[in-house]
Amino acid sequence: MKTWVYIIKRILMSLPILFMVTLLSFFLIRLSPIDPLAQMKLNPSISAQTIEQETKRLGLDKPVIVQYGLWLKNFIKGNMGYCTDNTKVSTKIKTRILNTLLLSLFTIFFSWIIAIPIGVLAAVNYNTWFDKLITVLSSVFMAVPSFFFAILMLLFAQKTGLFPLGGLTSSNFSDMTILGQIKDVLWHLALPVFVLTTISLSSLVRQMRANMLDVLNSEYVKFAIAKGVSFKKVVFKHALRNAINPIITLLGFEFAGLLSGAALTEYVFQYPGLGKLILEAVMQSDINLVMASLVIGSFMLILGNLIADILLKLTDPRVRV
Amino acid sequence: MVKFFDFFLKIKKDKVAFIAFIVLFWLYFFILFADFFAICPDNYSNRTLAYQPPNNIYILDKNNKLKLPYTYNYIKTFNKDNLSIEYKQDRSQKYRLKLFAHGYKYKLFNLFETDIHLLGAEKGCELHLLGCDINGFDVYSRLFFGGQVSLTIGFLALLISFPIGAIYGGISGYLGGAVDKILMRIAEAIMSVPSFYLLIILASILPSEMTSKQRFALIVSILAFIGWAGFSRVIRGMVLSIKNQEYVKAIETIGASKKRVILKHILPQTSSYIIIAITLSVPSYILAESGLSFLGLGIQLPDASWGNMLKEAQEFSNIIYRPWLLTPGILIFIAVLSFNVLGDKIRDILDPKTLK
Repeated sequence: MKTWVYIIKRILMSLPILFMVTLLSFFLIRLSPIDPLAQMKLNPSISAQTIEQETKRLGLDKPVIVQYGLWLKNFIKGNMGYCTDNTKVSTKIKTRILNTLLLSLFTIFFSWIIAIPIGVLAAVNYNTWFDKLITVLSSVFMAVPSFFFAILMLLFAQKTGLFPLGGLTSSNFSDMTILGQIKDVLWHLALPVFVLTTISLSSLVRQMRANMLDVLNSEYVKFAIAKGVSFKKVVFKHALRNAINPIITLLGFEFAGLLSGAALTEYVFQYPGLGKLILEAVMQSDINLVMASLVIGSFMLILGNLIADILLKLTDPRVRV
Repeated sequence: MVKFFDFFLKIKKDKVAFIAFIVLFWLYFFILFADFFAICPDNYSNRTLAYQPPNNIYILDKNNKLKLPYTYNYIKTFNKDNLSIEYKQDRSQKYRLKLFAHGYKYKLFNLFETDIHLLGAEKGCELHLLGCDINGFDVYSRLFFGGQVSLTIGFLALLISFPIGAIYGGISGYLGGAVDKILMRIAEAIMSVPSFYLLIILASILPSEMTSKQRFALIVSILAFIGWAGFSRVIRGMVLSIKNQEYVKAIETIGASKKRVILKHILPQTSSYIIIAITLSVPSYILAESGLSFLGLGIQLPDASWGNMLKEAQEFSNIIYRPWLLTPGILIFIAVLSFNVLGDKIRDILDPKTLK
């Protein structure tokens, strides 16, 4: 199958899932006993006109299925309504998505760049002290609750003063030069990225090691070695390419895990990401915001899986829909 | 039975896995007899002792002579200079610690009424081995009661999600065609929502006026609802390959019903995978519950769970000045680590394909 045909098919396949996700999130929240406009009605700075507009936009006076249709239509147009503090949901979510993407991309980049060599090394040095050390370390880090680890890191930041105590920017951010701003953001990103990387690293290393061991034990690798191809060449030219494929499939899952795991880490670090946004929205029962961030989070996840599958197709042409 | 014994011997051979097994055994033993190990009852709260540090235990007296373990009470004083409450030991009165001491009354397994506890102190002693939290809850005792929630919630959720996932995946894989497509798309839709987002949303729409038992049950079902989909996909994949085996064709030819083929002949073949998946998914359920309770959306006070005990760690000053409040985090770590190690070993034993 040609690559682009595969890509189109794959995109078409995710459309019904997208649809079902919107259905799921809409009905989950509508089934809850919370009045979607209760918070807005309590806020004196929101005019009765806005509330009326919202009632109309959500179609609260009509049956649920009509409400869903209205909501979906508005959502596709980019009109997600207002938060309880009278800002537009779409503007609020936009910056948060970028922040979460920044966090996730850094994490994925670092965890891959570290996990793949370590996994390969552990598999090549199977059953040596190095391999055992890696196995022990990865199980230990898999067992640490992410929020607990984040708290410990905050403690470290507080004791040493090397890193800022959460947030994304310093208070004098707007006075900085562009270079200074970039530096400031990176400085703030360091600890959350470190926490998330360490946690996703451990499962990735294990997976990479297991794949590599599988491939190294396969017939064709044994055959290549028997023929006298150097071990280095076998590992890097033949085995690695095959061992890496399952890891690419994992990329989508990793992204999913990151979105979820990041919520707690973002919360502890007070990092203005999507996870923290949804938490705040849930705590204030800000229905518009909850619904929008839930759907957007799912979109990002589906997109992540899509990208992973396309990448896999590019590295491994045998893949079919 | 012989098979089970064999299985156990194999675990015993691996030192690390055996240690993990022993650790888990003790953890569950502790929570089973929580009232016996606890010092204060689960509804104990003494607000006058908020943030009392752990009692120090001494075995040497002033003249450095060996004595039976004893401890002192704390006196609370208010420091006017820095406006803080300080605890100082009251050295005037010694209290000896006692084994199998008489304490509060409780019913063991709701059957035998007794007041014997593993540890206790002489009358008049406020014994808090791991100090108190802001509400004056005894941290040491609550570790046992909290464990009852944290360590069982995962298993209970698995008891719901695994049968559902197995049957769902079994039907989907065996029937195939349009049914398979629709069922799998639904499962994928649930998997496409970031699980933690779903978790906090489901937990937050729970009505607030619920008894603690209802809340516990609902959190179990939420965890199960999120967990079954991913599992059903794996089972479906396995069923797809099993259903083409000859023995299945034979049973079909004899005329067994579809229900019988799925439940009696196909799903049992996936049992070793199910056992592996259960041990490997308990930790994620434990972590999910602790995360949820940490945020205040899970188990609510005054009930204890390791997650909501860790809520205290959100306060920065608590981590620095009151490190005893972090003990539940260490217990979560130990429990999850042991489950992971044991799960890996079980996988090695049951699944000959994976390398050690």
